[in-house]
Amino acid sequence: MPETVDMLNALVLFTNFVLIPGVTYGSQLALGALGVTLIYAVLRFSNFAHGDIMAFGTMITILVTWWLQSVGVSLGPLPTALLALPFGIAATVLLCLFIDRYVYRYYRSQKSRPVTFVMASLGVMFMVNGLVRFIIGADDQRFFDGERFIIKAREFKKMTGLNEGLAIKTTQGLTVVIALVLVVFVFWFLQRTRSGKAMRAYSDNEDLSLLSGIDPDKVVRTTWIMAAALTAIAGVLYGLDKSFKPFTYFQLLLPIFAAAIVGGIGQPVGAIVGGYVIAFSEMIVTYPYKKFWNYLAPDEWQTSSLLQLLSTEYKFAVSFMILVIVLLVRPTGIFKGKVY
Amino acid sequence: MFLIGENLRGGYGGADILNDCTIGVDQGEIAVIVGPNGAGKSTAMKAMLGMLDLSAGQVSLNGKDITTLSPQARVAEGIAFVPQTNNVFVSMTVEENLEMGAFLRRDDIAATRDMVFELFPILKEKRRQPAGELSGGQRQQVAVGRALMTSPSVLMLDEPTAGVSPIVMDELFDRILEVRAAGVAILMVEQNARQALNIADRGYVLVTGENRFTDTGEALLANPDVRRSFIGG
Repeated sequence: MPETVDMLNALVLFTNFVLIPGVTYGSQLALGALGVTLIYAVLRFSNFAHGDIMAFGTMITILVTWWLQSVGVSLGPLPTALLALPFGIAATVLLCLFIDRYVYRYYRSQKSRPVTFVMASLGVMFMVNGLVRFIIGADDQRFFDGERFIIKAREFKKMTGLNEGLAIKTTQGLTVVIALVLVVFVFWFLQRTRSGKAMRAYSDNEDLSLLSGIDPDKVVRTTWIMAAALTAIAGVLYGLDKSFKPFTYFQLLLPIFAAAIVGGIGQPVGAIVGGYVIAFSEMIVTYPYKKFWNYLAPDEWQTSSLLQLLSTEYKFAVSFMILVIVLLVRPTGIFKGKVY
Repeated sequence: MFLIGENLRGGYGGADILNDCTIGVDQGEIAVIVGPNGAGKSTAMKAMLGMLDLSAGQVSLNGKDITTLSPQARVAEGIAFVPQTNNVFVSMTVEENLEMGAFLRRDDIAATRDMVFELFPILKEKRRQPAGELSGGQRQQVAVGRALMTSPSVLMLDEPTAGVSPIVMDELFDRILEVRAAGVAILMVEQNARQALNIADRGYVLVTGENRFTDTGEALLANPDVRRSFIGG
């Protein structure tokens, strides 16, 4: 039986390296997947440009952040990017409405099949991708400022006397709080407001919603605005927490879609649950359990091996595997999404 | 007549399905369209709603020409339509279905909702349940209830009793009679010709998109030609 202290150390270790980063990453994926799912539910296609739209919103936020920093504006302990975020959201909303007006609206009027929309979104993806690289470049950008930690590892150790420290970054706290607020808002909007109900009705039965006098253009517009805002916020939170690199954002498309599909595409609840499922799966599979194990195992079982199931470079394989398994076993996902 | 489609001709792009057919209904009246499969019954109704391109003919509501209006605009003019299938929002609760029916209205809908609940008491009981979880007959009630939420002057029903049990069918027809009593003009397409003509003030027998017989429901039921060909004895 391991000593209590060792068990506590193992617990703190796990919380610090799996639980907290998992919740953070999961929240970011959940916001991304929520956007994907809203687009899918209302416009009935998988928006492959989502990752790059996310990069666009983050880029605008970064540019405005730099400008704010250059004129000496700051939020004290909080990152300046939060002040710039509304600009990023507004720009992303405008971009999405612009794209819808000049790309997707045509295919809607032609009553094109979903696959045509998907291909069009692929084109949009390349375009936005190029635009972002053209403006800000392909390099890594860090734009975090302010207080780095809410709880520092060293202070935690001093406070508790444990070997292992527990650190909570400001960005992790921000991500979780903002995600929570947004999720509550989105559900309130969909369940309680007239526009939200119209969105659900349109998604449920397009013909009947038209017969009920629901304006399809308005529904489409509301959906883009919500999806764009969620996307921009998810991108900025991810960038603050890690860093901003256009290619990384493009790659985020895979875990985001995996999250949306695992949860049941078209189902907002599914997107949230899916986000955490994917994030924790990645974390749990790629975390080296050596230290964790050595705290708990008896002396003769101590190991010098890393005890890592999969190296972190392969973390995308995790989303991919989950995606394949879900599509084979339960294509509708956990919450029975609608598949067109 | 209050709503009338005269000399309608048209189809879904290919050959004409309607060939000079005339359908109409007055307020406080039930008009029923019957006829064999492929006679263009549903098509005639869809033409009245503006869901297909007419090459000839005219539709007017209360003396106003609405031939060129879109289906949505006709809904705003007071025509409510209950499609044969997919006629409820399955993922939304009964109450939300009714609310969506009244989407165009900006005034207080509580009175209309209570009226629908009075007409279909089971809906009040199941108001918080998703419509997709209800039985076929109850769904049909939700569908009619949703259409009534606009306080329409014309209610169009496309085979409202398709797939429901005979008891539910009688019940539904009783409710439709109550709606008629409120002064609404009701136009329906029905597969169950005998029962439908029984409650009809006006009956249209369509064959290949043309009016074959037009009379009161009673007279059509008594007409031996109609009985032999379309009602089965």
